[in-house]
Amino acid sequence: MSDAFLSTTVRITGHEGAEIEAYAAIAQDEAPRGGVVVIHHLPGYDDGTKEIVRRFGHLGFNAVMPNLYWHDAPGAAPDDAAAAGRAKGGVPDERLVGDVAGAAQYLRSLPNANGKVGVIGYCSGGRQSVLAACSLPLDAAVDCYGAFVTGDPSGLEGHPLRHISPLYDKLPNLNCPLLGLFGAEDKHPSPEEVAELEQLLTKFGKSFDFHSYPGAGHAFFAVERPAFRPEAAKDGWERVASFFGKHLSA
Amino acid sequence: MCTYITAKVDTEGSGKGAEGWFPLTETTVYFDHPVHASADHTLNIDFRNPDRGAGARVAVELTAETARALATAILETLDAVPEGVA
Repeated sequence: MSDAFLSTTVRITGHEGAEIEAYAAIAQDEAPRGGVVVIHHLPGYDDGTKEIVRRFGHLGFNAVMPNLYWHDAPGAAPDDAAAAGRAKGGVPDERLVGDVAGAAQYLRSLPNANGKVGVIGYCSGGRQSVLAACSLPLDAAVDCYGAFVTGDPSGLEGHPLRHISPLYDKLPNLNCPLLGLFGAEDKHPSPEEVAELEQLLTKFGKSFDFHSYPGAGHAFFAVERPAFRPEAAKDGWERVASFFGKHLSA
Repeated sequence: MCTYITAKVDTEGSGKGAEGWFPLTETTVYFDHPVHASADHTLNIDFRNPDRGAGARVAVELTAETARALATAILETLDAVPEGVA
């Protein structure tokens, strides 16, 4: 098996059949392999998250990240498109599920796909990863510090430009194993909210594996931000690679 | 965290963006991860004119301390304007 992959911008079919932009890392040999859908965080389809897509290519997976704001401003610069989406209140849940479904289908259609697809998201994408795993036939999901999977977003009342609600009603439908990576110092999600999610997943008989890193807060994977915590990020990447390696093998 | 908090202000004025000056019609204000600033979170302001496309935007990402100082300066400046001028 070669370690060569091609990283490139592609077009995929997203929510309601719309053509959207995506960033992909595609292995360049014929050996069958699983695919990973990467969900970027609320501020947008950015360099840091594209680097994560390439990391999955390096790890031997096919990977693709849909530009969730393409619908709001097709062809615009990613930061301008994110601003346009923000002005509309962010990414509606239904649209997110449609775009992840399209990304998963894109991965399954690749000549070297083994049919298995996982999803991973960071920050707001962490919640969206869980949402996708509760809504679509996927094989594995990773939630990196997603807020409002559980918990009460009512503190955001008075700010109507938002599409956010917790996922209590959807958790019984989680249909694949879930890896959760959290910062013990994070306030959103707080350790209490993570514990509540653990209790609910146990109650519903779901397969999950959660890790909270002492000394790390929100966004500890983000290498260009002060929140970066190298030890947590290194261990987290190893857990992600192992988790997807296990669940996305044919 | 991604805060999801966004405020919007109807706007009259002009801004200078990547392609020069253009009229502004709306401003969004939110506190979230920045694109460029070296901070985990910033107070972000987008001065926009959506009718001219998503690129018709003047963006700033300010630390919370800077944003508060700016807000105070704006109000102090407006308060100092002689009666009948503003």
